[in-house]
Amino acid sequence: MKGVNYGVLTSSLVLGAAIHVNYGTILFQLVMFIILMSLLKKFAWGPLMGIMKEREDHVAGEITAAENSRQEAKKLLEEQRSLLKEARNDAQSLIESAKKQGDIQREEIIAASRTEAERIKEAARVEIELQKEKAVAAIREQVASLSVLIASKVIEKELSAADQDKLINEYIQEAGEKR
Amino acid sequence: MEHKAPIVRYFGLSFNLADMLMITIASAVVFLIAVLSTRKLAMKPTGVQNFMEWVMDFVKNIINSTMDWKTGGRFHILGITIIMYVFVANMLGLPFSIEINHTLWWKSPTADPGVTLTLAVLVVGLSHYYGVKMKGTAAYGKEFFKPFWFMFPIKIIEEFANTLTLGLRLYGNIYAGEILLALLAGGLAQSGHFGWLAAAVPMLAWQGFSVFVGAIQAFIFTMLTMVYLSHKVSTDH
Repeated sequence: MKGVNYGVLTSSLVLGAAIHVNYGTILFQLVMFIILMSLLKKFAWGPLMGIMKEREDHVAGEITAAENSRQEAKKLLEEQRSLLKEARNDAQSLIESAKKQGDIQREEIIAASRTEAERIKEAARVEIELQKEKAVAAIREQVASLSVLIASKVIEKELSAADQDKLINEYIQEAGEKR
Repeated sequence: MEHKAPIVRYFGLSFNLADMLMITIASAVVFLIAVLSTRKLAMKPTGVQNFMEWVMDFVKNIINSTMDWKTGGRFHILGITIIMYVFVANMLGLPFSIEINHTLWWKSPTADPGVTLTLAVLVVGLSHYYGVKMKGTAAYGKEFFKPFWFMFPIKIIEEFANTLTLGLRLYGNIYAGEILLALLAGGLAQSGHFGWLAAAVPMLAWQGFSVFVGAIQAFIFTMLTMVYLSHKVSTDH
């Protein structure tokens, strides 16, 4: 506790002890602070704030750009979706029409083949009829000759033994005469 | 603890050379930190630039908590300078003190009431200046009679009380911290080997605590600066 300077101690404890206030220091502090602040503003805070502002603007710009591209993408997506829908509808209608076309064609083909078949059948029937008639005619002819034959056979068979003998004799006679 | 201050007189003014030295050193340190950390500015911040930007955002948040940014934006630079300067000034006296012939040369400049009150008066003075500038003299004057006319004397006292408490709070905290450090280092540690050992632990603890106190006081000083400014410049409250 030696060397206590009560005057200085008092001046640093009791405010308003006017005679001990270091106005020079106060003035110095004030000037230094203002100088420090202006220097920092010029060399440190100014540039730093500038870059922060710049970044803020950049980020804001990027956000806007992102928003815009998102909108655009959404629009494109919508467009694509509607195109796809359209394409799907087109495909559907194409398939539909193709199916219809196919049906019609099938009907046509079936009808054509049916008529063709009809025609062929008709032709076949005519042919058959013709052949039948021909065959009937031939048969009739055959039958005529056969019947004659049969008749002759029957007639031969109906002959009695006497008749037969007579016939035989006739034939023999004939044969003999002829010979 | 009990030291002489190197006081000289020029032009009828007394100068505390130790305070002036420390004010200069604190200012230089702040300036160097600020300038070195903003040399290589990039859109994508790295390292120290991140730190400086964090400080800026920190002060910005302090301002935003007291007034809207349109009004408070102009105090941003003041706020950053104050918080950096007061913090550095508070820290300077912590690691050591230098005493030559019982004259204390190295200490925290904020351990002097003259220095802290200068800052406080500067802040309150600025608050009045901006109050008049931004609201007009009439509106500024009316504030002293709100909410009732008889509040006027209290309002006047409040201005002085604000200034005194703002300066003395900072001074008291830092000065008390340094006194205790000086007692531990200068008294206990020099009373033999046991004393040195006994002083080491509380010394460490108190230095750590003083770092905390110094940071908190820098924050409080800045916060109150913005509160006083907003009281004067804000139209609605």
